[in-house]
Amino acid sequence: MELFRIRRDIPFMKHALVLNAISAITFAAAVFFLVTRGLALSVEFTGGTVMEVAYEQPADLAAVRHVVESLGYADVPVQNFGSSRDVLLRLPVLVGQSSGQQSEAALAALKAQNPTVVLRRSEFVGPQVGQELVEDGLKALGLVIVGIMIYLAVRFEWKYAVSAIIANLHDVVIILGFFAFFQWEFSLAVLAAVLAVLGYSVNESVVIFDRIRESFRRHRKKTTPQIIDNAITSTISRTIITHGSTQIMVLSMLLFGGPTLYYFALALTIGILFGIYSSVFVAAAIAMWLGIKREDLIKSGNKPAESDPNDPNGGAVV
Amino acid sequence: MNRYPLWKYLIIAVAMVIGALYALPNLFGESPAVQVSAGRTSVKVDVSTVTRVEQALSAQGLVASTVQFEGTSVRARFEDTDTQLKARDAIERALNPDPADPSHVVALSLLPRTPSWLAALGASPMYLGLDLRGGVHFMLQVDMPAALQRRADVLTGDLRTALREKNVRHGGVNRNGVNIELRARDAATLEAARAVIQDQFPDLVSSETPEGSEFRLVATIKPEAARSVQDQALKQNITTLHNRINELGVAEPVIQQQGADRIVVQLPGVQDTAKAKDILGRTATLEMRLVDESTEGRAAADGTGPVPFGADRFPTRDGRAAIVKKQVLATGENLTDAQAGFDSQQQEPSVTLYMDAKGGRVMRDVSRENIGKGMAIILFEKGKGEAISVATIRGELGNRFQISGSMNINEANDLALLLRAGSLAAPMEIIEERTIGPSLGADNIAKGFNSVIWGFAVIVLFMCIYYMLFGVFSSLALGFNLVLLVAVLSMLQATLTLPGIAAMALALGMAIDSNVLINERVREELRNGASPQSAINAGYEHAWGTILDSNVTTLIAGVALLAFGSGPVRGFAVVHCIGILTSMFSSVVFSRGLVNLWYGRQKKLKTVSIGTVWRPESGSSVAKAD
Repeated sequence: MELFRIRRDIPFMKHALVLNAISAITFAAAVFFLVTRGLALSVEFTGGTVMEVAYEQPADLAAVRHVVESLGYADVPVQNFGSSRDVLLRLPVLVGQSSGQQSEAALAALKAQNPTVVLRRSEFVGPQVGQELVEDGLKALGLVIVGIMIYLAVRFEWKYAVSAIIANLHDVVIILGFFAFFQWEFSLAVLAAVLAVLGYSVNESVVIFDRIRESFRRHRKKTTPQIIDNAITSTISRTIITHGSTQIMVLSMLLFGGPTLYYFALALTIGILFGIYSSVFVAAAIAMWLGIKREDLIKSGNKPAESDPNDPNGGAVV
Repeated sequence: MNRYPLWKYLIIAVAMVIGALYALPNLFGESPAVQVSAGRTSVKVDVSTVTRVEQALSAQGLVASTVQFEGTSVRARFEDTDTQLKARDAIERALNPDPADPSHVVALSLLPRTPSWLAALGASPMYLGLDLRGGVHFMLQVDMPAALQRRADVLTGDLRTALREKNVRHGGVNRNGVNIELRARDAATLEAARAVIQDQFPDLVSSETPEGSEFRLVATIKPEAARSVQDQALKQNITTLHNRINELGVAEPVIQQQGADRIVVQLPGVQDTAKAKDILGRTATLEMRLVDESTEGRAAADGTGPVPFGADRFPTRDGRAAIVKKQVLATGENLTDAQAGFDSQQQEPSVTLYMDAKGGRVMRDVSRENIGKGMAIILFEKGKGEAISVATIRGELGNRFQISGSMNINEANDLALLLRAGSLAAPMEIIEERTIGPSLGADNIAKGFNSVIWGFAVIVLFMCIYYMLFGVFSSLALGFNLVLLVAVLSMLQATLTLPGIAAMALALGMAIDSNVLINERVREELRNGASPQSAINAGYEHAWGTILDSNVTTLIAGVALLAFGSGPVRGFAVVHCIGILTSMFSSVVFSRGLVNLWYGRQKKLKTVSIGTVWRPESGSSVAKAD
């Protein structure tokens, strides 16, 4: 079975401008939503208490909200979580009360309203810990970017490093933009998924760059855009199949993983889909515009030795 | 060219065997068990408790699979949860006759069912994180400034004493925050004071800060000394927590220092958060009091008379009673340390107590006037007191004194531990807390497991259809990858969390990338007209560079997460990184080994089973090879 019967190199680079324009627009849209709507940060980052309770019958959200408000919390998000019987509450940090007291008071009030309620999970994060997690997350992101740039600059060349990072950060911003637009919960697990996607995306770009290097070596007559087209076309089967396989795994997580892994899997899905786009088209195009040449990658000894002006045969090449 | 030397096959075989062995314990599941541990710090759990447990069970006609004494508790395993619950009740009734004053903690737990031959090899199932097991997680912050203030207090008192001994008349020594301020009337006194500080107080560094017309000296604790105070405070708090948590009868509590001033406590299987928090915050107190040696007191001790007015009665560890005066001489706050050791004169096991200046002074005064009389140390827990030591005062005591006689070295160690447990060095505050119910834990495992298995099945199916035999090899390599991953995680006893299982699924999805690269490359070589053997060789060669690069970049992301992640994210990062490493081994070395085994020897290899090798010139696909 062969799904990719491609006779000629597809001229991707001819449309480089259009492709990049599309990605620039989506990038701008993502930034816009990030700035205007902001991320729906989870308790882990903001600090506060999360309680997950389960009822025997489908829960009456309005009643639960009423109970919570009577405790003095205004506008507390109360929602179903997974099934109609599970309810998730997020209580903000109350000065003067410890979280333990908060969750106990809440549970007691809920029990008074409906004795069959059961606490499945409760989480409290102090605001200072939340702040630290945000900082740690940013540091991790910074480390990944620096590490990858150094590695790529060493293995290939700085132009490749720059183009890979730009293309893949664009990926990350788009994922964040989706989360901001739909106000999906951004938790630590999602951050982990985003960083994993960054690594995975760069992985993609590396495969293309590797092929470009090989094509430079093999096809001495082709121009740079042709080389790039050749590289992308020959690896397209592998790209699609790999992304497909990873997506199967992620789909399996989306379907079977339950609510905890849901947003994690969602972040991965977006990353995988946009990853193809950014790593393949955007990274290669940026590299082309930065002016990659055969000579960058092939450090062969083709340079003629310094000719000795007194040598009558100097400059002669067989 | 496609031949692996024998040593490479040996490595693969060894890896397979080790992988299988160490991944195996995860298949055995867990058995419901009842765990019996000491309910009070003074109760001992040992082999005799095993007999008592067995008797309690047989009296009710319950059968345990095994009853063993392990470490500090007795564990009895059962076939099912019904028997487990009945057994818990039976043991509880037998060992704790007075429910208001339990001497033992009888708790339910789940223990892994690893067979002994595997356990002997050091194989055990993966360590499940809280979100898979259910339980409670706390992060406590130790109030370091308070610890430093205490130390400054102690030093202030000591400084006053020292200055008085040297006859330096000062205008007042006071603690201000974490510094000590000394006022003097003239420069000479200040100089003398400074000399005293330099001589006798290596932890302090002083500086003059004149304030108007007054002469003032400010002494601060040196940074190294401050750091060691903080370390001490943290360690002492951890020991105290340990003892208290043992009371809860938790199967495998985790109590660890995190950073300079935080402690992480994880109690798997505990449901009652309120009780756990209460126990953690509780203060056990120590008091030192004189024994009431009057006739009435002695009569009360023998049990022939009532407790006299002005005295209290406390049980001792060996069942007798100690009658002590109500007046408290010193408390656990004055005790800075207690160490077990040997008596300097008679080489008897003894416990040395270190008091602070105030405690030392009290001890000196009291002991001078009461030589020959008894002094008791009473430990108060949950409001009830127990005299853990009654000793005769033999001479004048001071900051440091020893209690010896009538105890063996184990008892001396226990006593020292009890004394140290008597107080928290600095108050703690809960800054993070997570409770997961047990049903959610089991749910999460099932969900994680399902996602991995189904995803794996679909990928394997696709690979076999698309790449035929090479697809089969790739799938075998993927399976091997999974086994290796589980084995390494089990060996390292790394914590597995739900994101960790997600990382496993992701790792498998990414691992297949390497094999796809290789297979596509081989197809391409075949398409370009290479002979099968050289196509295989060239495919693996060219793919390796790309595989290395791409895996390293993903590894960089994994390492960054490992460095800065915490909690569940850390679980994800650990599995992610290990998954990348095992995938490099399995997709390249293992699959090549299989391919070489199958095709290597065939010198005149015509075709390989890699699915359709489509050649554009012919216009139609070449018939499926092999």
